[in-house]
Order: sequence, then C-alpha cells, then structure tokens
Amino acid sequence: MSALVHGAVYGAVIVTVLLTIVALSIWFERKLAGRMQSRLGPTLVGPVGLLQPIADVVKLLQKEDIVPAEADRRLFNLAPILAVFASLAAAAVVPFSPSTIAADLDVGVVYIIAMGGLTVIPTFAAGWASNNKFALLGGMRAIAQSVSYGVPLVLATLVPILLAGTMSVSGIVTWQSHHHWIAVWPIIPGLPAFFVFFLALLAESNRIPFDIPEAESELVAGVTTEYTGAKFTLFYMGEYVHTLVGSAVAAALFFGGWDGPFAPGLVWMVAKTLGLFVCVYWVRWSLLRFRADQLMELCWKRLTPLAVGLVLLAAAWVQFGPGGAR
Amino acid sequence: MSVQIQSAIRAGVDPHLSPASVDPEADLMLLHFGPQHPSTHGVFRMDLLLDGEVIVKATPYVGYLHRSVEKLCEKLTYTQVTPIVDKNDYVSPMTNEQALNMGFEKLLGVEVPRRARWMRTIFAELQRIASHLLWLGTFTLDLGGALGGGTTLFMHAFREREGILDLFEAVTGARFHYNTHTIGGNRHDIPAGWDVQVKATLATIEARIPEYEAMSVDNSIFIARTRGVGVLDGALALELGITGPNLRASGVDHDLRRDAPYGAYDELVVRPCVASGGDCLARAKVRVAEMRESIRLVREGLAGLPEGPICGYKPVRQPTQVKVTTAGQVYVAIETPRGELGTFVIGGGDPPTTPHRLKIRPPSLHALSAIPYILPGHNVSDAVAILGSLDPIMGEVDR
Repeated sequence: MSALVHGAVYGAVIVTVLLTIVALSIWFERKLAGRMQSRLGPTLVGPVGLLQPIADVVKLLQKEDIVPAEADRRLFNLAPILAVFASLAAAAVVPFSPSTIAADLDVGVVYIIAMGGLTVIPTFAAGWASNNKFALLGGMRAIAQSVSYGVPLVLATLVPILLAGTMSVSGIVTWQSHHHWIAVWPIIPGLPAFFVFFLALLAESNRIPFDIPEAESELVAGVTTEYTGAKFTLFYMGEYVHTLVGSAVAAALFFGGWDGPFAPGLVWMVAKTLGLFVCVYWVRWSLLRFRADQLMELCWKRLTPLAVGLVLLAAAWVQFGPGGAR
Repeated sequence: MSVQIQSAIRAGVDPHLSPASVDPEADLMLLHFGPQHPSTHGVFRMDLLLDGEVIVKATPYVGYLHRSVEKLCEKLTYTQVTPIVDKNDYVSPMTNEQALNMGFEKLLGVEVPRRARWMRTIFAELQRIASHLLWLGTFTLDLGGALGGGTTLFMHAFREREGILDLFEAVTGARFHYNTHTIGGNRHDIPAGWDVQVKATLATIEARIPEYEAMSVDNSIFIARTRGVGVLDGALALELGITGPNLRASGVDHDLRRDAPYGAYDELVVRPCVASGGDCLARAKVRVAEMRESIRLVREGLAGLPEGPICGYKPVRQPTQVKVTTAGQVYVAIETPRGELGTFVIGGGDPPTTPHRLKIRPPSLHALSAIPYILPGHNVSDAVAILGSLDPIMGEVDR
C-alpha cells in the first residue's frame, strides 16, 4: 500500500514538474530559435515573453474541435491521449535524485524502451483514424522509423547495462557515481554509444532531422493534419514530453544522472537533462530533414552495425578490461 | 532516354502523359498535392499516383491564380500597364516592368538613353540577387520544414533581401510596386549617395553567401536530398522550352544577357553560370553562383554608370498620349532570374492608346512542364525538392 501511495505522490509531482518544464522549454526553444534566426522571439506576453506558452495553450484550447466525418471517431479521440500517456509513463523510472524516483524497477531500462516504443502506436492510430492520405503517409513513415530506430536505441542502452551490470536506471546511476560516467570512461564504447542513443532519440521523438512523420513541407502536418484544438495540443505536448524524458534518460544512462559535486543531485540531474534538451533544439533549428529512405539507410547501414560493435566492445571491456571479470 | 522522349513528343504520344502508361490493376493511391499545400509555392496542384510513397505518374494543373492580366492589359493604355505586371512574377517585379516596357519601346521605335539602360541593368541584377535569396530561403524551407533548420536559412535570406528592397525603396519610394520603368526609360533617377548604400548592401550579402553555402549546397543533408534528384536532361529541357538557371544547370550554356544583349549587357561582360548534372543540386549551385555574378555586375554597372537623361520619350502627362495605330507586332525577351521572360505585343488596339493583344511568355510555366517527366520514380519528399528547385512563381505561370 505504501508503495502505491509513494508511486502516486511521486507520479503526480513528476508529471506536474515535467509539464511545467515543457511549457517553459517551449518558451526557451522559441527564444533560442529566434536568436538563431536573428530575431527576438516572443517578447510581449509577460516579462520577456515568459507567459507565451500559456497564451499558446489557451489559444489552442479555444479552437474548434473538428473530427472529420469519415474518421474512425473512437481511435481518433484516443490517439492523442495515448500519445501523452506513453511519453509520460517512461518518466516513472527516471531517478531525478537518489530518492526522487516514482518506481525503482529492476528492469527500468527495458520499461523505458517499451514505453518509448509505444508512442508509435498512437502516432499510427492518428494517421489511420484521420482518414486522410497525408496523415496515412505520415503514420506509415512513423511505423517504419520507430521500428528501425528501436534497434540502435536498444543496442546503445546495452552498453551502460553491460558496464554497470544492472538494468535498473537508478542502479546504473549509482554505479556511475561510484565509478565514472559512462560517456567519459571507457570513452569507447561509452561516448559513441551516447551519440547513437541521442540520434535514435531524435528519431523516436520525431525531431529534425528525423521528423519525417510530421514533415510539414511534404505531408502538410503528417499524422496531425486533421487534429485541432485540445487534441492537437496533446500531440504537441506528447512530443515535447518524449524529448524531455528521453534527454533525462540519456543523462541518467550516460552522464551519471544526479552525480556531481557541490550541488544537490536534483540540480545536477535537471541541469544535465536541460543541457541535452537544448542540444535537441540546437540540432532542430540548424539542420534540414532527411528523406525516409535515407533515414532507413542511416539506421540499418550505419547506426545498427556501429551499435552492435559497441556492445561487443563493452562486453569485452567488462570481461578483459582493467576491472577484470565481475 | 531523352531521344525517345523527344521522338515521342514529336509523334504526339507522350509516354509520361498518356494515361495508358499506368497499370490500372496496380494498387495505387491518388494524392491531390495542392493547390492548398505548404510547399506548392502558391497555388499549384499536382495529381500524384503513388505506389507506396513512390510516384508513378505526376500530372500538373495550373490556373488557380489566373487573374486575366493579359486581357486587362488590352483595356489599359500603354503607360497604365506597367504596375499591373509587377504582380506577375511577384518575386522580381523589376524585370517584369523591364520586359514589358522594352516591348512597347520596340513597338513605338523609341530609343532608350544610355543612362536609363544602365540603370535598368543595375536594377535587374539587384532584383536577381533578391530573387535568388528568396528562392534559397523557400527551397530550404521545402527541405527543412517550417519548424526546423529550413526556417533559419529562410529568415537570414529574407534579412538580406530586405536590404535590396530598401535600395529600391530609396529610388522608387515603393518596395514592391515600383512602377519605375516607363516607355523610353525610367521615371525615377538614382538619388545622391545611393551607390554608397548599394555597395554596403552588396558587401554584406557577399560576406554572408559563404554562410548560406555552408547551410545549403555544402551541407551533407542538403546534398543527400538534392544530388541525383530530379535529373533534367539538357535536350529535354530545350524541347520543353525551359530557360534560365534550370536550363543552365542541365549543361546548356544559354543566357540571353550574353546571347541577345539588351540594356547595358552589350557593354558589360556577362559570364553565364553553367553546371552539369541537371539535378536539384546543380540548379541550387547555379543560383548561388549567379548571386555572386550579379554582385559583380552591379558593381561594374555602378562604376560605369553614365550621366545623361533617364527617359528618351517625351514626358507622358496623360495616359492617352501614347498612341499606336499600326497593327505591328513585336516580341522582346529578357533574362529574368527565372529565365526567358518574353513580351509579345500587337499594336493598334481600339482605342489606339491600348495594345490590341499582349502575350507574356513566363519562364516558370515552361519549367513546370518538366514535372511529368522528372517526378516519376521519386518519392513524395523528392517531389517537394524538385518543385522547389525549379523555382516556379505561380503569379507568372497563371497571370
């Protein structure tokens, strides 16, 4: 019973904090994008435009809720809710400090990957239920992309799992705080594994240069073409939550999570997460978009073989490295 | 392949246009791409038959922006027509005015003073830079999306274009409807200190072109998206009447500024930018190279700008002053940023202050005619890239 209460309380706190960070991060992204494009970004709503995300959400919620006549109504309404749920659920096992964790699962990494993989189902459901050709094409692309990039994502997470010898996310972070950050030492395979993870994360969360399921210059708005108002907001939020949780997972698996000097663990974890989050935006506002087949080529011909090699190296390090066999 | 296509066109059976070339039994999806689509550069529509995401057949449809400009011109007097055609190729209004007034001048037999010809050339080259900047921005928008790196380059390209619009504003008082070309020359003389302003703007743009190259034609994702995509054969391009950067990117060395000089081009040395390959990357490279070439031409034009009158025709105080009673017909063509913009005029309308018939030959319409030939075999993402690389302006396609 106490575990249930613990989970519920932490769940509520983490969801609230995450959604607040998402709202602020939208403001930050717009400011960053503005600076990168030699303009100011939002300035009018609140001090330095800080309340802009709230204005955005209020505007979006006021929009007329349109369901296309020929759409599969039930699936169409369910998809955005599932999208947010799947993205938020992964946050349950992310340790924000040694004690701030909703559920410390023994198989936390597997759970995160499962939840991350689940986000493709609402995406495809939206594409299918909209009964729109652009949405269908977007859904088709989403399936292919998510299934493909799941492979390097899993392989890249195997590197910290092998090195730390545990599948629990907090266990991996604890191991790193006792030994060293995985992205730092052993630098190979640690750092390349992080890059593979990061690229796969960009693809899983549909961020440029891998945002082909949305691809607004080709597919109008991809899977979200027919969505308006609150449901569109949910999709939009789900994407940001996915990116944020993914950054947190990357920080925990490769950069030692809460581990760091001087400041409390929570500060370090949030700082590392936001640092990676900013990198996602930085990439997003600098690069163009890949084509679907080039995306597959990058995944299957480059990232997957590289990730397999890294896993083998990690296994060899564990067996024959300075630490010797466990 | 091109030989077969050419013979097929001559025989009247076009394998890419006839419906029989598509297997009716295949499980194909018909996608109406446009006219309301973010990447159709206005209101262009393509019907794409898709096998999965691969295009089997592409049929272009134009006419959604038809404004009956040519008919309107028959109702207006010669001096009233100019501001109407500003909106044809709405990315380069200067060259529209120039082509039209050169047609009227030839019909009337009016000599244009040397200073006016040089001024027109400077304006046209500045307009070419502005137009290619806008193209670069919108093309990366097509490749990179409205919420990504594409917008970043788009914003920067627009910032430079603003500088050029400011230059035109200093001369004409307008940023778009310049109405500065008139029969026999120009309306507005260059203000004092304008050349300093031009040189400063050009220096800024020239210094920033390498930045744009790093984000576009030198960027590996850009190259991956454009190399070998939408290869347009030089012979096919000639057959379809495609001109301008699209033709030069296919390896055909053709530029009206050098081959049929007008304005001050007979006194300036024009070096056409030619590339081989005929793909989207070649078209992009030609346009970026043309920006540099135009910067050079503007500088030489400013250096050699002669003194003298700016209009060779008597000042027109009433629109009805210009009368052409003979039904002579003339055709004049200039090289706009998009290719050969022709004006065909038959004089002697009713009343004689209006043209009997005015026909504008837009380069973009011919560029779009390549769509059925180069799209099949590519996927939807490539369709956007190819369409963007052809640089069509629907305003002049439909008129």
